[in-house]
Amino acid sequence: MSSTTTVAEKVSTAADDAEKASAAAASEAQDVAPGGTTITDAPPETIKMRGKDVDVFYGEKQALFGVSLDIGDRQVTSLIGPSGCGKSTFLRCLNRMNDTIDIARMEGEITLGDQDIYDPTIDVVELRARVGMIFQKPNPFPKSIFENIAYGPRIHGLADTKADLEEIVVTSLQKAGLFDEVKDRLDAPGTGLSGGQQQRLCIARAIATSPEVLLMDEPCSALDPIATAKVEELIDELRENFTVVIVTHSMQQAARVSQRTAFFHLGILVEVGATDQIFTNPRDTRTRDYITGRFG
Amino acid sequence: MNRHTVTAFDTDLAALVRDLAGMAGWVERSVERAVDALMTGSADTAEAVIEDDERVDQSDRDIEAGAVLLIAKRQPMGDDLRVIVSTMRVSQDLERVGDLAKNIAKRALIIDGAFHQRKLARGVDNLANLVLSQLKRSLEAFVERDTAKAREVWAHDTEVDALYTSLFRELLTYMMEDPRNISACTHLLFCAKNLERIGDHATNIAERAVYAQTGELIADDRPKRDELGLQDVTARH
Repeated sequence: MSSTTTVAEKVSTAADDAEKASAAAASEAQDVAPGGTTITDAPPETIKMRGKDVDVFYGEKQALFGVSLDIGDRQVTSLIGPSGCGKSTFLRCLNRMNDTIDIARMEGEITLGDQDIYDPTIDVVELRARVGMIFQKPNPFPKSIFENIAYGPRIHGLADTKADLEEIVVTSLQKAGLFDEVKDRLDAPGTGLSGGQQQRLCIARAIATSPEVLLMDEPCSALDPIATAKVEELIDELRENFTVVIVTHSMQQAARVSQRTAFFHLGILVEVGATDQIFTNPRDTRTRDYITGRFG
Repeated sequence: MNRHTVTAFDTDLAALVRDLAGMAGWVERSVERAVDALMTGSADTAEAVIEDDERVDQSDRDIEAGAVLLIAKRQPMGDDLRVIVSTMRVSQDLERVGDLAKNIAKRALIIDGAFHQRKLARGVDNLANLVLSQLKRSLEAFVERDTAKAREVWAHDTEVDALYTSLFRELLTYMMEDPRNISACTHLLFCAKNLERIGDHATNIAERAVYAQTGELIADDRPKRDELGLQDVTARH
């Protein structure tokens, strides 16, 4: 995702927001007192981002209750839970995407490294270059493949020469595992690619600005199984260089791609632990009921 | 525990555990009857045990196929996954117990001199009673998800080992008393060893019961008294 809010992004964001806000409104989250989170593993060795006592409100409705979660550096953290549980809300706090919703209000603290990302002096555009985002539906700009990726680095002044820019484009496409498939048609429109290719293009676009953290909001839910497998493979490679936080409705996907899993329910962070443990032996009854398909 | 949203999952899981319980019934009966054949010298009983083993083997194959299908269809997580995987392993243990029972039955057919053997075999009967109780209780613990019972079974295995060791000495004494006992006693010794191994399978099942319920894998650090006893006996004689 590029660092500025583009039209394409705004459309997707607005649609997403409406969905999230209504989901939050529909949940009974407001009746639930902040509960203690069961943490079953040691804290990550290096903490990249840290959420502390995060409350989020959509108007009168409270969507998150005192969520504290450490995001480990260069590992994949998955956020799971039923619809309206607050996992996307929390994800969107991590690069202040919720700022784009008028009625959304956040309390608590979120830090990136040592920096409070809600500090008034923070440049949000620059923050989103450091904490990129990939959405559920691939949303390439209506431009060429090349321009989709060149856009971010160019407006952030990351490339001095045309050759530099080309190198960034090629490297980003390579890292996203897309280069070989599109190298002969970089001038073709990005929207002409298949769904899976478009999603990898969006990932290439997000990593073109050399972010530190990549946020993914159900990045595979619009893709077929083969495209999903490619994106999952990519996520596994990305964690060498990036910190990844992924929201997914597929528990199998969370089990496959992440090292740490956080389970949200009714706006509460119920349980956090090593992915291996969460899916074979969760501690909290709510986590167990959710992962074994016994909810509701 | 709540039911699954997909109720067919509950049905399939229940069927799998029911199949295992059915298999367990057959295996327990085989062990009982094999020991009975050994004590009474009844060839009919021994042959029935040998025939029944095919049924036990088939149950093991059916349970494995059922478990594999469940994993493929439902992608189980958490306790469901642990129960399904444990069921497969318990089924394997039971299949081995069936083989050991069959082996005892075969030896029962070979040993002659029923009158004399009854006295010699009394110790084997004691061991068999203890092992059967261990096996029954481990299976109850697994099916009833009773971890306390499973831990008891696990802890009691040292008794089986101790009894086996003393039986070893006893049979060795009979052999030294009268060389004509050697043939029967050697068979009985193998039977005792088979029973001791059935006891080990009961312990495995108890471990699986604890794992299925809690996710805890009990470390296998029980004292191995039989081996120590063996060294002791062979050193003396």
